[in-house]
Amino acid sequence: MEILIPDQIVNVINLSLYYGKTKALKEITLDVSKSKITSFIGPSGCGKSTLIRCINRMNDLIEDVKIEGEIKIDGCDIYAPDVDVTELRKRVGMVFQKPNPFPKSIFENVIYGPRVLGVKNKSVLKDLCEKALKRAALWDDVKERLHVNALDLSGGQQQRLCIARAIAMEPEIVLLDEPCSALDPIATSKIEDMLVELKKHYTVIIVTHNMQQAARISDYTGFFMLGKLMEFNVTTEIFTNPREKATEDYITGRFG
Amino acid sequence: MKKILKTGTPYIWLTACMLTISLLMIGGLILLIMVKGLGVFWPHEMVRFVLKDGSVVMGEIAKTESIPHIKDTYRTKLKIGNRDAFGLDFQWVDHEAVARREYPPDALAFERREWGNLYGFLKGLKVGENTKPISEQELEALIKESYALYKKIRHVEKRAIGNINYVMEKNRLTLRRLQALPSNADTQEKVNDIQVDVNRLESLYHTQENLLAELYQEARKQEVVVTISDGRERTLPVFQIIRMYAPNKMGVFAKVGFYISKFWEFVSAEPREANTEGGIFPAIFGTVMMVFIMSIAVVPLGVLTAVYLKEYAGDNIISRLVRISVSNLAGVPSIVFGVFGLGFFIYFIGGGIDSLFYSESLPTPTFGTGGILWASLTLSLLTVPVVVVATEEGLSSASKSVREGSYALGATKFETLWRVVLPQATPGILTGTILSMARAVGEVAPLMITGVVKLAPSLPLDSHYPFVHLERKFMHLGFHIYDVGFQSPNVEAAVPMVYTTTLVLVITVLTLNISAILLRNRLRKWYNSSAM
Ligand SMILES: Nc1ncnc2c1ncn2[C@@H]1O[C@H](COP(=O)(O)OP(=O)(O)OP(=O)(O)O)[C@@H](O)[C@H]1O
Ligand SMILES: [Mg+2]
Repeated sequence: MEILIPDQIVNVINLSLYYGKTKALKEITLDVSKSKITSFIGPSGCGKSTLIRCINRMNDLIEDVKIEGEIKIDGCDIYAPDVDVTELRKRVGMVFQKPNPFPKSIFENVIYGPRVLGVKNKSVLKDLCEKALKRAALWDDVKERLHVNALDLSGGQQQRLCIARAIAMEPEIVLLDEPCSALDPIATSKIEDMLVELKKHYTVIIVTHNMQQAARISDYTGFFMLGKLMEFNVTTEIFTNPREKATEDYITGRFG
Repeated sequence: MKKILKTGTPYIWLTACMLTISLLMIGGLILLIMVKGLGVFWPHEMVRFVLKDGSVVMGEIAKTESIPHIKDTYRTKLKIGNRDAFGLDFQWVDHEAVARREYPPDALAFERREWGNLYGFLKGLKVGENTKPISEQELEALIKESYALYKKIRHVEKRAIGNINYVMEKNRLTLRRLQALPSNADTQEKVNDIQVDVNRLESLYHTQENLLAELYQEARKQEVVVTISDGRERTLPVFQIIRMYAPNKMGVFAKVGFYISKFWEFVSAEPREANTEGGIFPAIFGTVMMVFIMSIAVVPLGVLTAVYLKEYAGDNIISRLVRISVSNLAGVPSIVFGVFGLGFFIYFIGGGIDSLFYSESLPTPTFGTGGILWASLTLSLLTVPVVVVATEEGLSSASKSVREGSYALGATKFETLWRVVLPQATPGILTGTILSMARAVGEVAPLMITGVVKLAPSLPLDSHYPFVHLERKFMHLGFHIYDVGFQSPNVEAAVPMVYTTTLVLVITVLTLNISAILLRNRLRKWYNSSAM
């Protein structure tokens, strides 16, 4: 079932991950194409989040995690000892499954990343903030109240704020863990448009439970089950011509 | 019955009862202090008892009570004042023994700079050997005049001579240091310079001293003659009179005015007469300043400790031990901290500082003796557990997912701590600070061996460079209460002051706490909207 992925930027090679003794990811190998959207689907608890968190080494923060195998970005092993994790995370942005805005103003949330990068100029920061909020389809909602606390926003707005926060960093790769699970259809379609727009310059990896969404926007899709990558292929292939029985069952709704 | 218990209502009632009892006790405490403390300055009526044996007693009525076991008999406690004539301030009078009681309208009370109150009738102004009658208004004017003189004297004593002494002392110390150095032309020149300065100061000092002598001379010039209750005449220099009033003639408004002026004197003036009279301003000032220094010291200490414990130390035996010890520090008797402060801060660190920087004034210690800095540091050790615990709690309020959000944006652990976690912990830290302040302001025992004194000659903050004198000893409201109430030579007269001082202490604590709470709320708002 090997397929050829052009223009590879991320290579996951034989990756296994253990939470203590439980093996959450089992020998996963896949490649992510540059400037494309790659989506991960699969039933709850199959390890999609775990995998996506491996790509910017968020799992480092969890105690008792053991990782085997390799992940390469631009050909460099990101788990090599000389890698600066903060530099990696500046290149690989992430939006989490649950919205986690900082208890600060909306403005401060969005420009947190640039601030960390050392941008101090107020007008530059303002521009960055406006651009990011517009791309995340939040600008119209909040342009009058940039200085209210982000926690006062609705759940969906908070999630879009987290997206804006991640793209304000201008990362090369954006990881999104179910970014639309709390959004209404309008906001969802705005975010989808944004992702399609984003992929012109960035590589997007997205976890989703929404089959239509994966079919609509992604170029490649991986289907996971119980920590295993069952199938990885061009999206249209997966949805029209799945090779595995499990994939077909899942997509057609007979499973999960 | 079982059913009722099951509904839970009785428990609610029980908790409500307990709450009420606590509230009542607190309220009663405050009420007692208020009633006892606020009544002190109210001018009481002056009564003159002519006793059956012919003797006469006059004074302000302190209280009247019934004599136990004998029906319908009463006795009155009179403040007879005139301590220099009678030797005691108070006298009990059995109503049985009283032949006649009157309230002479022209009975006067004189508040003196020394010897407490004098009660009597104004006879006149002393002119040579004779006495010239004088009206109360005229005397009032004279008192005003003499107050100006008093201020002048104070100025010369405190400011002019004080400044000279201050520079003299500095010169003396520099001289000593220079003399210790090997002598060469350079040091010789400096020594000469100082000698010149010393001579100049000395002549200045003499002029001031002469001026002072003259002023005192002037102060003794005018004297009034007062007839006291037993008919004796006493002369009283006008200069000695702080206030003169005729309580039996005063209306309510006059009394209120008198009360306000007395209260103002109490909170703004320095104590007189071994702390039994005058004000308590230095004690208020010392208390507040000590609490401020304490909080400046305790916040970094506590916050950094908590940050290390919570964020960096991990969860192992040692960090758990440290945590337990820190929380148990709160249970150590405070006097133990005082002893520690004495041994460590004063003798070890203070002594070290002295031998390094102030060796010229040794063996007189500068930092090697109790002072406001050491007292504050001792208290900050005492209260650091409060801040540590509160900060740890505040740090836990920053959830894992928010921290992850920061890490995912490429922030390091320190940046995350500084930009996300600490701001979120700030309300907790401030709450801890408030609690520690509340604890510190009420602590007396450790202060008694680390720098509090009965009477501090100067405030730890004044106009002499470097303005803040952390090595100075200071006065403290808590200690003042103890001192006035139980250590003063005239306990009976001072007991009312105990309540008033307590009231001031309570008000000071309240003010400090309320301002800290307001500050916290403002900071919280600030952090929530635009912070960092
Ligand atoms: N911190 C952790 N410690 C231990 N086990 C974990 C941890 N995080 C996840 N797991 C386990 O790893 C497995 C994969 O979890 P993961 O969060 O990756 O699932 P997921 O595919 O993202 O599911 P969902 O669609 O519900 O988000 C689950 O069985 C989960 O219980
Ligand atoms: Mg997940």
